[in-house]
Amino acid sequence: MASYIAKRIGFLLLTFLIIISMCFVFIRLLPDDPPEQFGKDMQLVLQSRYRQGLADINGNPIPLLTQYGNFLKNTLLGFNWGISEKLYLGQDCLKIFLEKLPNTVLINVYASLLAIPLGLALGIYAALKKNRWQDHTISTGVMVLVSVPSYVYAFLIQYFLCFRLKLFPVVMEAGRDYFSPQMLRSMIPPVLSLSLSSIAGYARFTRGELTEVLTGEFLLLARAKGLSRGQTTLRHALRNAMVPIVPSIISEVIAVLSGSLIIESIFVVPGVGSLYVSAITALDYNFFLLLSAFYTVIGLTAGIVVDLSYGFIDPRIRIGAKNA
Amino acid sequence: MREINEIPAEKFRFVTPKPQQEQNLPGKHIGYFREAFGRFRKNKSSVVAGVIILCLVAYAVFVPIFCQTSYSVALTDTTYLQYTKLKPRNKLFVNWGFWDGCSVKTISRGNYLYLQGIAQETGQPVIKKVLKETTDTDGNLQYKCRVDSYLAKGFVHMTLSRAEYEKIQAWEKANDLQVIYPAVEGQSDANIWYKANRKGIPQLDSQGNYVNQYAVDETGNFRYAMVTGDGSSYRCRVFLYNYFQYRYGFEPSFLLGTTGQGQDILTRLASAARFSLVFALCVSAINLLIGAVYGAIEGYYGGTADLLMERITDILSRVPFLVVATLFQLHLAAKVGPIVSLLFAFVLTGWLGIANITRMQFYRYKDREFVQAARVLGAGNGRIMFRHIFPNALGTIITGSVLVIPGVIFLESSLTYLGIVNLDSSTMTSVGTMLANGRQYLSTDPHIILFPALFISLLEISFNLFGNGLRDAFNPSLRGADQ
Repeated sequence: MASYIAKRIGFLLLTFLIIISMCFVFIRLLPDDPPEQFGKDMQLVLQSRYRQGLADINGNPIPLLTQYGNFLKNTLLGFNWGISEKLYLGQDCLKIFLEKLPNTVLINVYASLLAIPLGLALGIYAALKKNRWQDHTISTGVMVLVSVPSYVYAFLIQYFLCFRLKLFPVVMEAGRDYFSPQMLRSMIPPVLSLSLSSIAGYARFTRGELTEVLTGEFLLLARAKGLSRGQTTLRHALRNAMVPIVPSIISEVIAVLSGSLIIESIFVVPGVGSLYVSAITALDYNFFLLLSAFYTVIGLTAGIVVDLSYGFIDPRIRIGAKNA
Repeated sequence: MREINEIPAEKFRFVTPKPQQEQNLPGKHIGYFREAFGRFRKNKSSVVAGVIILCLVAYAVFVPIFCQTSYSVALTDTTYLQYTKLKPRNKLFVNWGFWDGCSVKTISRGNYLYLQGIAQETGQPVIKKVLKETTDTDGNLQYKCRVDSYLAKGFVHMTLSRAEYEKIQAWEKANDLQVIYPAVEGQSDANIWYKANRKGIPQLDSQGNYVNQYAVDETGNFRYAMVTGDGSSYRCRVFLYNYFQYRYGFEPSFLLGTTGQGQDILTRLASAARFSLVFALCVSAINLLIGAVYGAIEGYYGGTADLLMERITDILSRVPFLVVATLFQLHLAAKVGPIVSLLFAFVLTGWLGIANITRMQFYRYKDREFVQAARVLGAGNGRIMFRHIFPNALGTIITGSVLVIPGVIFLESSLTYLGIVNLDSSTMTSVGTMLANGRQYLSTDPHIILFPALFISLLEISFNLFGNGLRDAFNPSLRGADQ
């Protein structure tokens, strides 16, 4: 087990290194803007680049491999991702990023808190009423919700709830007062838009797994020994169905931290997604590298946690066993 | 030893008295694909989804060809006319109260008189119907009424050459429609032809009539044109609705309305749809090609080759798509254009799914008897892979690549919406760009965003249903289940 985890983490680091190196090299190969365009902030940018070991004191390029070594040393060992050269000129990238992160995390956590119980409940209900009208209604709804792109709900919610009924503000409040009633109210539209498709996703998955388990013969045995239908479902069917469901929830929750760029852009959420989009538009490469690293780490961690969680949830699965 | 060269046929004798006639199986022979198709046909929702996809494809292909507001005209000229944000209108429904190019608006009295001014000068019903008169909190009159968005555009100042001016006048006589209206001096707003206060609100006389302020020449006639510059061009007040008819020969009527830039949504969306569909098909086809070959090699040879190739896909599959798309845009867009670089981004990680499916299928089939038989008969590796195993795996692989399409369309529209990829030009666009451009008018003109959103929702739902139906039809585990 321990050696398996070590192996996985080793592979994670390797993959991360490859991806981030690729990003760095590609970014460094881009034609660089002449430092003159920074005007009176030129010295600031040049000094920062010099301190980062990416250029010499006059801003002239130094060998790519040296730059690469310095970059790895700065970022991975020193958590120093340099300063923003365009978007927030002169400010520390990591600091800005950490300021934006809570918005994204909060919105996605709220969305998950809404989506997981609702999705599971709908899925379980549909599985129990399999092939009855309740199931057909839920399945059709789920099909539509899963297929329709999330930005379409965002537009619908923004138009009907924000513009027509004026229930919520059109865009999210700025500022850091994360738990004030105003802020919470302005978070509702993005949270709703984010959770709708997750609800459908969870419901579909749960229904699929549960119907499969419900056909198992051990359930017949459970009924035969005198358990009621509710008891068999809760104690036997649901527990078994949870084996694939829980890891998928875990992976969703982790993956969801990276946020939805499009929802953040529609509701002007001051989060990581908006930061990424504006960094790309402004060609602020330091932000791009930092956020790429962030997205990569999120994706890689989600993968590992899911694989490991199988072993914790289902004792029959032995992780890392040679002949599984 | 005696050489046996020729043995007469009659010397041979059957071991069994009568050769067993090979009997045809009773019933019709049904091939793999025929059977799958039969099963697919039973799935009503998938068939409907398939029909909807066909309709959407037909829309994308034929609308730009046959539409009256012809493709190039709609994309370039209406922009120039500033005929923006028009509501959807179908001429058949003009008197039905919907789909008539009108919108319900609550307007102040000043605004109401302003619109009525246009109506009175042109004799056209700018305000179709006053639904309700109310007073706001300050006690001012407000009107809730249906406003014709085509007529409410009213007039613009236009600078015409002398030849053009005369051409319009000839057209006016021939068609009995007035395009150029008497000029008014000292007004920047072309809609104001009456006495008005500084805010442009009409000042009515004691009988409640508009007081005209037309420019008059020496002989007391209205002046229709102001000569500008060296006298070669005229500045005229032009009624847009009739000018449109003069210019294009038909009444303005846009089935889905126009965008904030004045482009006809019907044709613009068709061009976006065309791009989305063609692009998704290309991505799917290229992924199929690469993925199938890669997966076939992995699955067929197994062992070390499989292990090494799997590690490559492991790493590739962890690269965030967003990062790849951005890097390709930064690097390649300037050299090969944004579309090709977007295609590269999709292909770089897109084929992994197909490769995985193919690999599984090859693992499943490679030790079957028919493969061994082929090998015994001397077939080479390539022949076994692509003539014997591949056709068996084809159904699953095709299903996989159909199910890729909705994802590609969604991602492409997201990227273009966010502006990470910019494909907008006068002749083409993408659904994402249309949505992004329409977003600023969401509160006042939701139809601009409605139709692209409706189109993409319909497309996604149909493709998912269609793909699921295909998967069920090809899934051998269902074989015989419904009999």
